[in-house]
Amino acid sequence: MAIVQWTKPDEASGADRLRHEVDRLFSAFLGGAEPFISHVYPALSITEDTENFYARAELPGVATEDLEISVVEGRLIIRGERKVGVESPEANYHRRERESGLFRRAVALPARVATDKVSASVKNGVLTVILPKAEEAKPRKITVKTA
Amino acid sequence: MKEKEMELKEKKEVKAPGEGTRPGPIFVPAVDILENVNALIVLSDMPGVDSKNVDIDLRDNQLTITGKIDPVEKEGEVSLYREFNWGNYLRQFTLSEVVDQSKITAKMENGVLRLVLPKVEKAKPQKIKVMAG
Repeated sequence: MAIVQWTKPDEASGADRLRHEVDRLFSAFLGGAEPFISHVYPALSITEDTENFYARAELPGVATEDLEISVVEGRLIIRGERKVGVESPEANYHRRERESGLFRRAVALPARVATDKVSASVKNGVLTVILPKAEEAKPRKITVKTA
Repeated sequence: MKEKEMELKEKKEVKAPGEGTRPGPIFVPAVDILENVNALIVLSDMPGVDSKNVDIDLRDNQLTITGKIDPVEKEGEVSLYREFNWGNYLRQFTLSEVVDQSKITAKMENGVLRLVLPKVEKAKPQKIKVMAG
């Protein structure tokens, strides 16, 4: 299984680090933020707000019953199969770009999550996994008292 | 049969001559195009596009498919790790077959567009009688 450790770009090692540095240099020139590619399907986007982490992936045409999502030891695992149905046998293909097959993806989460409250949904072929942060991972305001 | 594992392909950005009025990347959706006796079928992967945001235009044999995505990320979300960008879709084809424009059907399901372009019935050969005058 392909495991991609979530790292801050500056903590990435080896080839990824070099690649990221090169990407960063180029994007600095071009003015755009280039995504950091890991080459494992599906590509992920992870965001957070104060309450949750959100992991999203583009999975067009993947049926929800062919998707399996789990959180194990601080890692989010997305696995499944994309089936691209074969049309009638007498149909002639002119172009065939849409891929099918199995996929497995694991990503280490940046902080503790409440495993029992994780939820996932698919809308228009986009998977969203909502991972509520564990209490201790939430930002906490500390009031400073005057002594 | 050995089970095939999928590989990630980077999304291809359109280098369109015209620029959109709204900022943001435009991607080339992956397509399957197939043909049977009755119709040409186009299947296109456009994740994030709702059925109401697909536009299909056919003029002078030029087929244009555009898809706009609704913003997926909510306001207040901060990006931690990003391997792909969200963006709209655009792809154009020149059709070699004559298509019956009035019978085109399009359906969007789970981020996949299915476009059926029925062929025009070929003009049947007609015998012309030569009249004796």
